[in-house]
Amino acid sequence: MSTSTNLVTSVGAFSAEAFALALESHKGLPSWWLERKEAAYKQFTSLAYPSATDESWRFSTRSGFKLDGFLATNSPATTAAKDIGLPGKPALTFVNNSLTGSNPVDQALTQKGLVVSTLKQALKTHSEVLKAHFMAQDQRLGSAKFAALHTAFINDGAFIYVPKGMELKTPITIVHSASGANTAVFPHTLVITEENAQVSVIDYFVSDSTSAHFCCGANDLYAGHGSKLNYVGLQNWSTLDLCLQMNSTVVKRDARAQSLNLHLGGHQARHESLSQLQAPGAFSEMLALTIASGEREFDQRTLQIHQAPNTKSDLLYKNVLQDKARTIFSGLIVVDQDAQKTDAYQSNRNLMLSDSAEANSLPGLEIQANDVRCTHGATTSRVDPEELFYLQARCIPEAKAHELLVFGFFEEVLNRLEDDELHAALRTIIQSNFN
Amino acid sequence: MADTTLTSEPVQSDNPVTGIDQSAGNFSYKVDYEFDAGTGLSEKTVEYISAAKKEDPWIREFRLKALKVFESKPMPTHWATKDLEAIDFSKIRYYLSSGQKPKRTWDEVPDDIKRTFERLGIPEQERKFLAGVEAQFDSEAAYSNVKEAVSKQGVIFMNSGEALKEHPEIFKKWFGKVIPTGDNKFSALNSAVFSGGSFIYVPKGVKVSHPLQAYFRINAENFGQFERTLIIADEGSEVTYMEGCTAPKFSTSTLHSAVVELVALKGAKIQYITVQNWAANVFNLVTKRGVAHEEAEIKWIDCNIGSRLTMKYPGVILKGRKARGEVISIALANDGQHQDTGAKMVHAADETTSNIIAKSISVGHGRSTYRGMVHMPKHLKGCKNNTECDALLINTNSRTDTYPSITVRGAENKVQHEASVSKVSEEQIFYMRQRGLTEAQAMSLSVNGFINDLARQFPMEYSVELKRLIDLEMEGSVG
Repeated sequence: MSTSTNLVTSVGAFSAEAFALALESHKGLPSWWLERKEAAYKQFTSLAYPSATDESWRFSTRSGFKLDGFLATNSPATTAAKDIGLPGKPALTFVNNSLTGSNPVDQALTQKGLVVSTLKQALKTHSEVLKAHFMAQDQRLGSAKFAALHTAFINDGAFIYVPKGMELKTPITIVHSASGANTAVFPHTLVITEENAQVSVIDYFVSDSTSAHFCCGANDLYAGHGSKLNYVGLQNWSTLDLCLQMNSTVVKRDARAQSLNLHLGGHQARHESLSQLQAPGAFSEMLALTIASGEREFDQRTLQIHQAPNTKSDLLYKNVLQDKARTIFSGLIVVDQDAQKTDAYQSNRNLMLSDSAEANSLPGLEIQANDVRCTHGATTSRVDPEELFYLQARCIPEAKAHELLVFGFFEEVLNRLEDDELHAALRTIIQSNFN
Repeated sequence: MADTTLTSEPVQSDNPVTGIDQSAGNFSYKVDYEFDAGTGLSEKTVEYISAAKKEDPWIREFRLKALKVFESKPMPTHWATKDLEAIDFSKIRYYLSSGQKPKRTWDEVPDDIKRTFERLGIPEQERKFLAGVEAQFDSEAAYSNVKEAVSKQGVIFMNSGEALKEHPEIFKKWFGKVIPTGDNKFSALNSAVFSGGSFIYVPKGVKVSHPLQAYFRINAENFGQFERTLIIADEGSEVTYMEGCTAPKFSTSTLHSAVVELVALKGAKIQYITVQNWAANVFNLVTKRGVAHEEAEIKWIDCNIGSRLTMKYPGVILKGRKARGEVISIALANDGQHQDTGAKMVHAADETTSNIIAKSISVGHGRSTYRGMVHMPKHLKGCKNNTECDALLINTNSRTDTYPSITVRGAENKVQHEASVSKVSEEQIFYMRQRGLTEAQAMSLSVNGFINDLARQFPMEYSVELKRLIDLEMEGSVG
């Protein structure tokens, strides 16, 4: 019991002094920002750690979520830019919470109102927009304490604003990286698409593989009326890292948001994804692929809230489990009282490739309207022996057949991407991560 | 001797659409009891019960220990509904004697209750008993041939108290083993104050020719609040047990908390059928679990209607190779009711299979919840689970939730879970109305169709009663 009592009081290195120091470096930024950070720090210290009876942490290794030993520094380390295998050059690169490089976007577009900048910059130019959207949604998936920590200690992040009617053809890539022993990073990406705008944003997360880091990231996606927002989060943190990512998507009238999260790294990685469908015609597609190996734990919590009639959501989370890996999928579809004609789907598929792996599924529904179509499904099994036999009967060796079937398992998710170039790049990354 | 006024105020229907009168199940009588432990729960209450039943010291110790466990456990409101906090344990009567002699007459029974019995087609004898007019009904007349037939086969079928006294060598071994006292707060409560219920032992290889019913050994205790049931089916035997009935039940308390333990030894089969229709003020918190040994089969068929809150998750521990577990569940939640039901399947041996099919119907402001657990631990091979839950929502403000929890370790097992939520098809209703059915008739036909494949698994008389009951519940839910 002593460890749990320690946890309740421990703030690790995120002490009041460390916070004061962090706040000091933000002097001159809008007062609402500083006030919000102060309030967040208070909240962080006052909220309790997840407890044994906390349903949103069921099956999680809570003892792994210790902040001790991680450092709240913003010292920008210099790391050589590596080719990350994604199309195009990263628009912004952050190392240890600070901007280290940028590739300017097309000037013709910026003149028409496109903004791709750092949060710090945006606090000066788009303060009101940020105020309305930055971490504005309730944390309903269990990590309010860590969300408060994120807000309190965030130094910088990406801000993308796509004006009314603008359709961007090429994806905007943001790189967030961590280096140096025990560094804590707080990556953040905020994307707003105005009416009928279109954009694809890729977040790439990477860290050096020699030491552990605490990666406590978040994003805010806001798809305005009739807009189309595609998001890919490629999580490739080091396998020693403790990772938490809190994503929030708000979808407005006739807008469409698609999120694909790839989970490759982290020793213990928790991912929370909240989708709110706030106006008729809104559609949110939530996709995830996880390759779990070693003794690592991937914990995914999702919430689809239908707040208006005639909205649609579709969730497909696929996990491949190897070695002694553990996965947790806990999803919930909530249909509010007035959200008639909701069409919601939720599916979790676990492919077991090892006898020692463990898959937990908690697919949930809370329905308060009667004229709805809501289904969910969860399956856990190994590669279908009949499919294997079929391929072998066609002279494909067993090992190759097995590999084909596993890659086929991923393809169902990747096929949902509209961008072929991105699809090919992600396929290569996944296959190179899979052994 | 105590004079008590039973049951609380009827639940008001605040649903303008449905306007269903829920008072149908709320009886209120003055009853005198021979033995009465009074209200509230303390060591004294437990000792009183034990003394009144003239129990062996080990049972008394068991009860007192359970009381401590009950007191130490918090309400499980971190996952369950906060409505549980409305239970006031100090106002509950924990023991009423076996010598109940109610003084009311058939004429005092409210007309609407009589009408309900009429419509459900409850036999005359049972009606009087259910309405509390008769404490005992003449089981000899109706069931004596069945009783004779099973005792010839060597089946032991007794009240829990008698069984522990007369056959401790059989029952002590399994008593409290499938569901330990500390399993949950309410199993601990039951362990402290249990009375009534059936203990059954079926000898090796015996296939019980008739379904055994709680009706059999009719006395007040069988319909008690804290009944304890233990069924042991020895190697290769088969037995079917039925409890409850579809009539709105006369209830003497607002809390009902039973514990039912099943043990199916090698190759045995147990089928346990429950149909319950509680009054709308009752908390029905029941723990049911079976252990299936090698090649044994346990099947729970569970139908829950009525009550303010029902929490019941029949489970099977699949302990032996090739054991099989099944839960078939139907729940109907009307205005002001919450049916929180589900199933638990714990696979603990190779090649075990389990199947869960749950269907729920929410009417008016009713809320139905499915909560399930499927667990497959390490290094098992060839285990399979299939879970299907379907929810039907009748009115715009009906509610349904699904909270399954599935844990699978290892690559050699297979689990699939599927759930869907839908409403009654407008086309179906239109089709039936075209052919001259009223909307209510069409609705109830459609709802009956929704559960038809499950209702067919009930014994015939139960499924007929169930159908009528659904007709009754659906009345006024449309229009």
